[in-house]
Amino acid sequence: MSIRERLSGNEAAAIAMKQINPDVVAAFPITPSTEIPQYFSTFVSNGEVNTEFVAVESEHSAMSATIAAEAAGARAMTATSANGMSLMWEMIYIASSLRLPIVMSLVNRAVSGPLNIHNDHSDAMGVRDAGWVMLFSENNQEAYDNLIMAHRIAEHKDVKLPLMVCQDGFITSHSIENIELIEDDKVKAFVGEYKPEEYLLNKKNPIAIGPLDLQAYLFEHKTQQAIAMKNAKKVILEVAEDFEKMTGRKYSFFEEYKMEDAETAIVCMNSTAGTAKFVVDNLRAQGIKAGLIKIRVFRPFPAEEIAKALENCKAVAILDKADSLNAAGGALFEDVTSAMYVNQKQVPMVNYVYGIGGRDTTSKDIEKVYTDLDEIAKTGNVSDPYRYLGLRG
Amino acid sequence: MAYNLKQVIAEKPSRFTAGHRMCAGCGAPSVARMVLRALKPEDHAVISCATGCMEVSTFIYPYTAWTDSFIHTAFECSAANTSGVEAAYKALKRSGKIPENEETKFIAFGGDGGTYDIGLQALSGAMERGTDMVYVCYDNGAYMNTGIQRSSATPRFADTTTSPAGKVVPGKMQNRKDLANIMANHHIPYVAQSIALNNYKDLYEKSEKAIYTKGAAFLNVLAPCPRGWGYNTEDLMQINKLAVETCYWPLFEVIDGKYIVNYKPKNKLPIEEFLKPQKRFKHMFKPGNEWMIKEFQEEVDRRWEELLNLEEITNK
Repeated sequence: MSIRERLSGNEAAAIAMKQINPDVVAAFPITPSTEIPQYFSTFVSNGEVNTEFVAVESEHSAMSATIAAEAAGARAMTATSANGMSLMWEMIYIASSLRLPIVMSLVNRAVSGPLNIHNDHSDAMGVRDAGWVMLFSENNQEAYDNLIMAHRIAEHKDVKLPLMVCQDGFITSHSIENIELIEDDKVKAFVGEYKPEEYLLNKKNPIAIGPLDLQAYLFEHKTQQAIAMKNAKKVILEVAEDFEKMTGRKYSFFEEYKMEDAETAIVCMNSTAGTAKFVVDNLRAQGIKAGLIKIRVFRPFPAEEIAKALENCKAVAILDKADSLNAAGGALFEDVTSAMYVNQKQVPMVNYVYGIGGRDTTSKDIEKVYTDLDEIAKTGNVSDPYRYLGLRG
Repeated sequence: MAYNLKQVIAEKPSRFTAGHRMCAGCGAPSVARMVLRALKPEDHAVISCATGCMEVSTFIYPYTAWTDSFIHTAFECSAANTSGVEAAYKALKRSGKIPENEETKFIAFGGDGGTYDIGLQALSGAMERGTDMVYVCYDNGAYMNTGIQRSSATPRFADTTTSPAGKVVPGKMQNRKDLANIMANHHIPYVAQSIALNNYKDLYEKSEKAIYTKGAAFLNVLAPCPRGWGYNTEDLMQINKLAVETCYWPLFEVIDGKYIVNYKPKNKLPIEEFLKPQKRFKHMFKPGNEWMIKEFQEEVDRRWEELLNLEEITNK
C-alpha cells in the first residue's frame, strides 16, 4: 500500500532522495531549495541513508564534487536554485559532456538581478541548451515522481546524461499538499543499483576523463550528446510505463488536459498548470472548448508530439515564466512555434511572458488569456505575438 | 625511513609517462613524476588536475600520460573534484562495492593560477572539510598556459604580460601571496613547501608524508617556467638550487602546527644570484633600479626571519 502524506515540494524531493539513497550528495544552501540538503543532512546524521554528504563551500564546488563523485562510480545528487545554478553553469555543461547521469533538483527561482528570491523559470531557461534532461513538475507529487523516475532515465545505456527535476520555488517547494509516497522497498527495486561500466575508482581499469578535445574530435563528441538526447525520448516513455504499472500514475512528455476537442489552448510548465486547469474547467462549464498542455519533458523537447497535439486548435497561447530579452519571445514560445512550423502545422500562436520574480498569476489572468485566444481564433490574426501577462500598465 | 632514493627511482616505474607535451626545461613534469613515485606500488590513485599547462599538455584526446585514474573538469575546481571522488570512495567502501583491503589515494594538481587565485575557494573548502587528499600546487609564478600573465604568486617586479615592465610601472608592483602559510592556518595535519632538488630527496619524502598522512595535506612546489621566467632550459636545476640557497623559496614543513625549516643555508646567497639568470627581472639590473633589488632582498629576508620565528614559536 502506498503511503498518504502531507508534504511540501522540498520535503517530497528530500524523501525521494532518502528512498533513492544515493552514494554522494554535495550541496550548498540557496533559497528556496535550501531545505532539500537540510532535510537530507538530517537523514545522514540519523543514519537513515548510507550517503556521504559533502557540505561544500559553493554551488560551483557542489557541481564539481557531484561530477567527480559520479565519475568515480557513485550515484550522486544535488539541489540548487537561481544564482546557485548560475554559479554552477560552467560545470553544468561539463557534467553532460562527460556523460554523467547526475540527478539534481532545481527549485526554480528568478536569477539575479536585481536580487529576488521568488519563482520564475529564468534559472532553468539559462541551461536549456546544456545537454541535461529537464523534467518539470506541477506539484509536490510530480516533483517526487519525477525524481523516482530520474535515475532510470539518466543512467540508461542509450542516454547517460544528467537530469534535473524542476519545481516552482515557494509555490511548490514550500506549499504543503497531499502526496502519495511509494514504499521504500518498491522505490529501491524500481530505481535499481547503479553499475557504471567505467569509473575512476576501478583499480583494475583506470580511466582518464576530461581531456583537451580539439578540432579532430570535439564535433563528434558533441554529436554523441545530441544523439543521447534523442534516445532519451524513448527511454522516458519506457520508464513512465513501468512507473504507471507500479503506481497507476501516468506520465508522458506532456499532459493533455481536455485537449480532445479544444479550440483554444494554453501551453505552460510547472505550477501554473494547476491554475490553468481550474480555469479550463470553469470555461468548459460555460461551453467554451478550452484545453491545456502542460510540458513535463522540456529537454528533450517533444517537438513532433506537441505539434500533433496542437494541430487542431484555432489559437494557442504559450506561457513563458522567463523573458528571453531577445525582442522576439520566450524560450518555450520559440520551441513550440518552431515545432509547429517544421511539422507544417499552421495555428495562430501568441506568447505571454508572466510571473516574473514571483508575480502572482491568478485565475483571472489565465481567463484573460483564453478570452484573447477566442478573439484570435475568430480573426486568425496575431498582430502582437510577444505579450506580457500581469504586468502593471 | 630507511631507503635508498636512487634505488627507489630506478625500481619504481613512473606513473606519469613520457610522451607528454610539456616544454623542455619546465619544472612541472618532474614534480608530477616524483609526487606519484611516492605512492606505494600496490595503491591505486585518482588524480585530479586543474586546467592549465599540466592538463592541456598531458591529456590531449585520445592520449594520456597518466597511468592512474585521472579527472579534469575546469580551472578552479581541482580540489572540489577530489573532494567528490573521496566522498564516493568513502561511500562505496561503506557499501562494500570497493574491497576493504584496497587502498586508493587522492592527489589534486593545480598551477598557481588554479590554486592561489581562481581555485583558492575550492582548495580552502576541501582542506577545511578535512578531505583525505593531497593538493599539490606546481607554482610557476604566473598564468603560463595563457601566456605569462601575473598571478598572486608572481613575485614583485616580475615582468609579465599583464604587469609589463614599462617606462612608468616597473613590472608587478605587489608582493606574492604566501599560500603555504595560508594553508598552514587551515590547521590541517600536513603542509610543506618543496622543490625538485638534490636528486628529488626533499620532494619525494614530503610527497610520501603528504600522501600517507590521514586527512588534508598541501604541498607547494616551485616549478620554474623557462618561457615565463626567461632562463635557458638546461638551467632548470640551477634555478631551483638558487631559489633555495637565496631563501627565496625556503624548504619547510608544518606538521600538526609545528614548523620545521628543512634547510638553512650556511651562506645565504644574495637575491641577485636568483634574479640575474631570469629575463623577467632584467630591468631590475639597469642603472638607477638598484632600489628594486634592495627591496626584493628586504622582502625575502623579512619572510625568512618570520619563518624562523614560526619554527621557534611552534616548537617551544
